[in-house]
This record gives sequence, structure tokens and C-alpha cells, in this order.
Amino acid sequence: MHEMSLAESVLRIIEDEARSHELQRVRGVTLEIGKLAAVEPDAMRFAFTAVTQDTLAEGATLTLLEIPGEGHCAACGAAVRMDDALALCAQCGSGSVLVTGGDRMRIVELEAE
Amino acid sequence: MCGTCGCGHTLIKPARAKTTGGALNFRPVSGTPEAGAAVPQTPTSEAETRRIKVERDLLAENDGWAGENRARFGAAKTLALNLVSSPGSGKTTILVRTLQELRGKVPLAVIEGDQQTENDAERIRATGVPAVQINTGKGCHLDAVMVRHGAEELPDLACGVLFIENVGNLVCPASFDLGEDAKVLVLSVTEGEDKPLKYPDMFRAARLMLLNKCDLLPHLAFDAELACANARRVNPDIEIIRLSATSGEGMDDWLAWIARQQAA
Repeated sequence: MHEMSLAESVLRIIEDEARSHELQRVRGVTLEIGKLAAVEPDAMRFAFTAVTQDTLAEGATLTLLEIPGEGHCAACGAAVRMDDALALCAQCGSGSVLVTGGDRMRIVELEAE
Repeated sequence: MCGTCGCGHTLIKPARAKTTGGALNFRPVSGTPEAGAAVPQTPTSEAETRRIKVERDLLAENDGWAGENRARFGAAKTLALNLVSSPGSGKTTILVRTLQELRGKVPLAVIEGDQQTENDAERIRATGVPAVQINTGKGCHLDAVMVRHGAEELPDLACGVLFIENVGNLVCPASFDLGEDAKVLVLSVTEGEDKPLKYPDMFRAARLMLLNKCDLLPHLAFDAELACANARRVNPDIEIIRLSATSGEGMDDWLAWIARQQAA
């Protein structure tokens, strides 16, 4: 469950931002999670709750925004919306689709005091 | 805290011997904020809530270390290969046989990743090749910082090959760049042909698939053609070598592949 490592990264970023912005308490955290980022939202929530215990982000609301997967068809050049890693090109049916977006995760916003 | 990178991992260095014993242990970061971090306080009722734009990638820290590793390996002309698979596919057996073939020809070293035990590093050291064991504790994958620490324990590998044997897991290691030149995925014929479809992220991330334990094919219902077709369905560019670390079948192709990567 690598979501635990990712949640630890979230906490490190929060603590870093807390230092630079002099935050006392983080009430909300918004993450963008790519559809193709291999992250289970439920596992992420569980891990976030676990790693933020006894920290300034304990009890913070976690908002997960899903970013659609995007691909480029190597056969016909079409842009492909990818709902999973095995998506076929909607134009030509080819399976040779290269991922071009929606495979990353980032923290976008904190709500804090 | 680690003195190299400031990571929160508990790092237990080998007692003294650089490559002869003592695992590097990594434990999950504790939830306690580091010294200097803002400490939770009881909020006052008049506390003002602010929205802070952050926009930072969760893997940026790992990717930064991976980039450093890649630059170091590149400067030393070290080929770094990240071996990934599910547990029991035969990664260590392939490695032992590979090291026996390459020993004395090029500088070699191994970073072994497992949750527990130093068993694999000991199997590697028995070949005479230096190995460092990283125990990830509850962790399910190696990350770039662990590889950085591991590489620091190993001798100079100018124009050599560094094999990194990742934790046996077909899911999590796909997301973590270690700074390697290529991921080499080992699938064994005692697994299912549909593994590439079940775990597409890892097959997509790999440059080469070694189909291992091919000496067992006559005794199994495993359809090797179907397994290879499934791997190519997920990753049209993946290269595939059929191999048996036990019989030696395919070892020449695998060694030639390594030589081509070194020359590239």
C-alpha cells in the first residue's frame, strides 16, 4: 500500500508549508489524483488519517479531486480519454495508447489557521 | 534524522563493514512533527481560516532524488537496472546466475530490497559480488532516497552494472522512480497469463520482461504466447526474453540485452 508513503509526502509538504506560512492548524487539504496514478482513494484517506494523527493536520478534511486520464494514440494520433490503463483509442480501436496526462498526484490547496 | 537528505527514516548503518553485513532499516515516518514544525495548538475561536495555494507534486521529492541518482549513475557510466516482480518469480535466482556470468568482466553490485531479512543479500554475497540489504519494514517498495543510501555503501561502479532488486510487489514499485536506466520485470510461468492485464502499471513502466522458469513449461498449462501478447497489449514497446535461471535457457539473450544497454 504505497498510499502510506504518499500520505507521508503529503504530511511533509504540509509541515513545510506550515513553517513558511506560519500555520498553526490545518483544517482542510485538497489533492488532485490522476485517474491513472495508481492510487486508491479509500486507501489514501485511510493513510492520510493515520499519518496525520498527533500532527497539526489531525482531523483535517481531505478532498480528493480526480483528474481524467489522457492519452495519445500511437497508431492514428488521436487524443484519447483513458478511464483505465488499458483504454483503447476511440477513433481507431488501437491499444497502442501512450499516457500523456492524469498519471500524477499533487497537493493543490490547504485550508489553515 | 538522516544527515544526507534530512529524511525522517530511521537509518541503521551497517556496523562497519561496507558490504559484508548489516541491513539498512527504514521505518515509516512517525506522525510526530519534526523539530521546528508547527505544533498542534488548541485553536482560538477567532482564528482566521486561510486558503493556501500549494500545487506541489506528491512524488516531486522522490523524483528529485531519483534525478540525482540518475545523474550520479550517468556520470560514472553505471548501468542501473531495477528488477521488479511479484514475490517468488525468481528475481534473486536470475540475479545470482547473472552475476556468476558477468563476474570479472564488469564491476557489479546489488541493492536488495525486502521488508525483512538479509537472506537475499547473503545469497548475492556468496557469488563474491558486494550487496547491501535494505529492509523497508512495513514499506512495500524501494524509493529513490533508499537507493541513494544503499549506493553510498557500495564500491565505485565505473562502467559497471548496479542491480536493484525491488520488494516483491507488482503494484507499488511502479510509481517510484529510483533513478534507474530501466525497469526489468520478471514474470514466471507459474503465475497467470493475465498478470499484465491485472497489473498494467508495472508492465507499462518496464522496458524488458523476463519470462522466467520456462524450463517448467512442459509441465504447465501456462500459455506463454498469451502472456507475451497481454504484456504487449499493455506496453507495445516492451521487450521480452524467455528465460530459465535454472536451465540457463535465454541467459545469453539476457546478457546481450544488458551489454546493449551498457553500450547505449
